[in-house]
Amino acid sequence: MFWESIIIALEGLKANKLRSILTMLGIIIGVGAVIAMVSIGMGVQNKIQNSIASLGSNLLIITPGATSPSGVRLAAGSNTTLTNKDAQAIGRQIEGISAVAPSVSKQYQLVYGNKNWMTTVQGTTPEFVSVRNFNVELGRFFSNQEVDTRTRVAVLGKTTAENLFGAVYPVGQTVRINSAPFIVVGVFEGKGQSAGGMDQDDVVVIPLTTAQERMMGISYIQTISVQAANPESINQVQEEITSLLRSRHKLAKDMPDDFTVRNLAAVMATAEETTNTITLLLGNIAAISLLVGGIGIMNIMLVSVTERTREIGIRKALGATYRNILLQFLIEAIVIGVTGGLMGIGLGIGAAYAISAIAGWNTAISSGSILVAFGFSVAIGLFFGIYPARKAALLDPIDALRYE
Amino acid sequence: MSIVLSNIKKIYQMGDAHVAALAGITLEIFAGEFTSIMGPSGSGKSTLMNILGCLDRPTSGSYMLDGEEVATLKDDELAVTRNKKIGFVFQNFNLLPRMSAQQNVALPLVYAGVMKQERDSMAANALSMVGLADRMYHRPNELSGGQRQRVAIARALVNNPSIIMADEPTGNLDSKSGNEIMEIFTNLNKEGRTIVLVTHEIEIAQYTRRIISFRDGLIMSDEAV
Repeated sequence: MFWESIIIALEGLKANKLRSILTMLGIIIGVGAVIAMVSIGMGVQNKIQNSIASLGSNLLIITPGATSPSGVRLAAGSNTTLTNKDAQAIGRQIEGISAVAPSVSKQYQLVYGNKNWMTTVQGTTPEFVSVRNFNVELGRFFSNQEVDTRTRVAVLGKTTAENLFGAVYPVGQTVRINSAPFIVVGVFEGKGQSAGGMDQDDVVVIPLTTAQERMMGISYIQTISVQAANPESINQVQEEITSLLRSRHKLAKDMPDDFTVRNLAAVMATAEETTNTITLLLGNIAAISLLVGGIGIMNIMLVSVTERTREIGIRKALGATYRNILLQFLIEAIVIGVTGGLMGIGLGIGAAYAISAIAGWNTAISSGSILVAFGFSVAIGLFFGIYPARKAALLDPIDALRYE
Repeated sequence: MSIVLSNIKKIYQMGDAHVAALAGITLEIFAGEFTSIMGPSGSGKSTLMNILGCLDRPTSGSYMLDGEEVATLKDDELAVTRNKKIGFVFQNFNLLPRMSAQQNVALPLVYAGVMKQERDSMAANALSMVGLADRMYHRPNELSGGQRQRVAIARALVNNPSIIMADEPTGNLDSKSGNEIMEIFTNLNKEGRTIVLVTHEIEIAQYTRRIISFRDGLIMSDEAV
């Protein structure tokens, strides 16, 4: 009997093809819009997450900071309170850390042959590679021994390498940084832009000691990058670093920190929250069109019930029960919902691809949004179909037969 | 004994007034009878037809159909009773326009839960009984009025009902087709079918074997022809 009802319902829809398709269109557009909008939101979210993650995961960045011991407040990073010993102490004394990389940086002119390039020279230790998520594409990174012996070796970022060397294979070549000769031992894999829009590949990395003593003539360091072993412990690590550095710098209780610890996980969480809100907003707007589609189903079903009053009367006279008629109309409504939903999924996925191809936006189609949108369209068919179907099933057969 | 009505009343509420469409009908119709119910408009014959056909319930009284009390059945039970025991033939045919003759005839069997294959053969059988074996796949609008009414008769027959209820079956037909339809009813009655026919034309009533006349919700006369 259930299958009979489905067949009767399908025949009913087939009899009014144009009307059925127009009704479905509401659901198709609604479901399609939900999927496409959510995929745009998710795409933005993925993009932001990736660019933050490319800085390094579970990253804490310590800069000398805010206030000097004399109380004069200078720009963050311009102070001289952090030393390599601080970095070593953090690495030794704090648990839950997987790597610590102290670094200094300054802009220098690089020269190779007849080409020159102004870029940031970073002095650091080998742990820098894992902390900041760099991968060496050609050659190798420098070793701890090369740091200890202040060797003049350099690892180039992709942008720097391309600008200086072009088609020449860079590893083994000698490049002049501020007129001192350095041997290129490696080139990084490209990382692209950071979340702030900076080119992360426009860089040269040399041993920390070489940069401090041979290039810049300083003994302090400018940044300590710390990677926590896991995301859960990052806040605790942050607190422990703060108290360790305070005691190392002999700061009294009432004195402010002379350094700043920035937590990139917190930045990431904020960004994620923002993009979640955007996704939710887009999804909600699209869901409204789905609702409108549902009301379209109800409207058409009501028209259809009125139009087919006589048919309902005939069916009842021939022995159709309340349940038979209810099922017939309910299934018609659900079939519209299901068919519209399936077509809407196709439309939504197509739209997401079209948007990413034409507008160049990132889109990410989530199976979650597909399932929710589809489930919603079936539920809408059911919900908005019940009232007209009940109305049909409750018709009095005598009145229905007399209806003109 | 197919139908036993005792003191059937049907009272409609019209504002403050009570109008008795049926004012106490007691009637017996035996299996195999060919009965016509006559009377002017408003005499209550359509109301009686609806009650006999289990489309409506009386306000009071008892209606035994095949020994079963049906005056107090619920809507769905009435639907099942209509499906199993009653075949309807209407004045305006009441065929579903989008279905072929065969599908129309098979419709009562759908609600009786008969499987498709069996349904099709039973419908084909009923259609050949009314001489429409060659029109099985035509839609109602491809058939003449007389042919449409024959499809409706086939539909009324297909469930092998206890009674066939015909409400002005010739009302929309020319006299030639009307006579053909009455021939079919006569033949069906000869095969042992119980037929109740509502009409206001005496020529049509003459085909039957018993004429019950109605006026103001009461039986005026009940005579064999």
